[in-house]
Amino acid sequence: MGSKNINELLNIDKIYNGCFPCKDLLGLELLDKRTLQTILRVAAYFKQALVKPNHKSSILDGKTLITLFYEPSTRTRISFELAAKKLSADVINIAINTSSITKGENLIDTGKTLEAMKADYIILRHYFSGAPNILAKYLTTSIINAGDGEHEHPTQGLLDLYTIYEYKKDFSNLKVLLVGDILHSRVAKSNIWALTKMGAQVSVVGPPTLVPCYIKNLGVKVYYNFDEAIIQADVINMLRIQFERQQENFFPSIREYVKLYQLTKQRLLLANPNVLVMHPGPMNRGIEISSDVIEEYHNTVVNKQVTNGIAIRMAILYLLNKRRC
Amino acid sequence: MQIYIKNIRVIDPIQNKDNIENIFIKNDYIVSRFTMNNNVQVIDGTDKIAIPGLIDIHSHLRTPGEETKETIHSGTKSAAAGGITTVLCMPNTNPVIDNVQTVKFILTKVKNEGIINVLPVGCATQGSAGNVVAEIGHLKDAGVIAISDDGLPITNTRVMRCVLEYTKMFNIPLITHSEDLELSKYGVMNEGLNSTILGLKGIPNQAEDIMVSRDIMLAELTGAHLHIAHVSTAGSVNLIRQAKKKGIYITAETCPHYFTLTDDAVKCFNTNAKVNPPLRTKADIDAIKHGLADGTIDCICTDHAPHTIDDKNKEFEIAPFGIIGFETVLNLVLEELVDKGILSLSQAIAKMTCNPAKIFHLTKRGSLTVGNKADITIINPKLLYTFNKRDIHSKSKNSPFIGRKFKGKVVMTIVSGNIVHNI
Repeated sequence: MGSKNINELLNIDKIYNGCFPCKDLLGLELLDKRTLQTILRVAAYFKQALVKPNHKSSILDGKTLITLFYEPSTRTRISFELAAKKLSADVINIAINTSSITKGENLIDTGKTLEAMKADYIILRHYFSGAPNILAKYLTTSIINAGDGEHEHPTQGLLDLYTIYEYKKDFSNLKVLLVGDILHSRVAKSNIWALTKMGAQVSVVGPPTLVPCYIKNLGVKVYYNFDEAIIQADVINMLRIQFERQQENFFPSIREYVKLYQLTKQRLLLANPNVLVMHPGPMNRGIEISSDVIEEYHNTVVNKQVTNGIAIRMAILYLLNKRRC
Repeated sequence: MQIYIKNIRVIDPIQNKDNIENIFIKNDYIVSRFTMNNNVQVIDGTDKIAIPGLIDIHSHLRTPGEETKETIHSGTKSAAAGGITTVLCMPNTNPVIDNVQTVKFILTKVKNEGIINVLPVGCATQGSAGNVVAEIGHLKDAGVIAISDDGLPITNTRVMRCVLEYTKMFNIPLITHSEDLELSKYGVMNEGLNSTILGLKGIPNQAEDIMVSRDIMLAELTGAHLHIAHVSTAGSVNLIRQAKKKGIYITAETCPHYFTLTDDAVKCFNTNAKVNPPLRTKADIDAIKHGLADGTIDCICTDHAPHTIDDKNKEFEIAPFGIIGFETVLNLVLEELVDKGILSLSQAIAKMTCNPAKIFHLTKRGSLTVGNKADITIINPKLLYTFNKRDIHSKSKNSPFIGRKFKGKVVMTIVSGNIVHNI
């Protein structure tokens, strides 16, 4: 394994031609195109290694990664854990209901405790926007945002970017449509930052109550009519209706939402024949997306996104570690 | 006690005065002159400016109930350092100031540990709950000079009308915190591009405009004196301007942060820029400056709202609203309004001295006229300094202006003939 790892490192170093801009990954707003390109290339390397048997590497041997999740998660937490373990880091998962947080400890003190235990990475998911920014300000540990409130979900944005890159290769003039609850979606925001920086044309469609009007200022085209918006799309990214974040009724009924915004095979007929269908998960089957699109449409890549998520997170862990060295 | 301030530039808006003069203080008062003797303290005012002591009509001194944030002592010390000689303190304390005992408690504290004049504002409704008008007669007799449920609007329009009607017999202004709580619900900052990017819930300008509009209509209906607190939007400025043109009895105030900072200050989730009403946009700043220049906005106050570091070092969404302001108000007025040509020096000082004195019926204050209380602020206009956290006199440090370089500094504050701040 030893010599192989050195080769691996050399290979990556060759494609790694810049320094990660900061010790943390807080959001894609803060990354430039060159850094995004570097991440995609490093992820491509790990993706290729990932599909081989016995692909564990010792790049992060001796490093400790702690996942600190204040919100439920399946794929993101496991994906980080797998990414870390494939690079030989030690992983500790903190479930909020068994930690001191239930005794009233504040976020900064929790973070400082983990830092004192020599954590190299803290993967934070939090229901409040900006929670990772606070930790990053007070800690020297690398903070990776695994989704904060309605702010950003950078690794999801990156894995979506990478998945689109795998299928489409070129972002210029690529038309990407985000569908549904834009207002509450951190995934939408990270997608918009990443895709617009790479030169793609991003549109959003959803009921006006779930599409903040200021999103236009980010170079995004706004539609309210799905049938109109879908026609030009090369990629459709379906967002989950975030019932847990909606303190009010933003639409009258699920029945009406389904009628206006569900992606069905019928609606897909209006789109380009090779349109890519994505969903960050977890899916509300029968609400924003119909089961037949998930099961039967040839270009639904939901599970590919999940696999790519591991490669992207390996790339981020590697690049942040690189910066620290 | 006699003080002789010699050779100082005296600016007193109400007397339309801007001359190099001498000021004579005997006991508590400004006098025309006295014969010099060995007991006179002589202060050289060369190259300095004397103005009437500032009157800050909107502050939170956190007493009683939240003395970890501020006490009467620390709050008045901070105010004195900022050149403020009289401060109105809002009643959203714990307990709230809706009863005579609490007013007396505060005034006793002020007597024992305060170093400037403190005038309590009483609740408009009992418990600030917005249901039943407070015992304004009792409160006024105990010493409150205005009433308000500050921090909250009186949401029930019928109750608001009743409070306004009731105040008329006391000749006392109702200060309103105009906010449509349903429209601003869950909001933690201005609604706009920045709130969209940060993923924080926004408060649209209309949350203020709608309520200002309602309150103006009720002032028109009742003929009572309505004073609109912390104006933050272009819409409010326009509404107040129109109301004044119609002759409705309206006065209004704004704070330095509303003509200095936009919601860009919130970027990076800076909780020291979290304030209610929230920091708005450049267009709102321009409208507020215009409103100050044409007299639509009568006063500049601080809305000094201290919160401890522990309170503010939290996730943005759960950190409390509010920023401290005593020690930066004068500098921000000088730099943002006077230096930029929005107001003359005299007009700017009027917004913090004679205008508030008039609106709140404070006699013998707000001017350096002979016979008035000797409340005087002395400024060294050339002194350069950096506003550092460690130099703040308030118990709390929640200012978005920490680190800012200023020109001009309050070097002495005199309250009723006593030097309470001197550097």
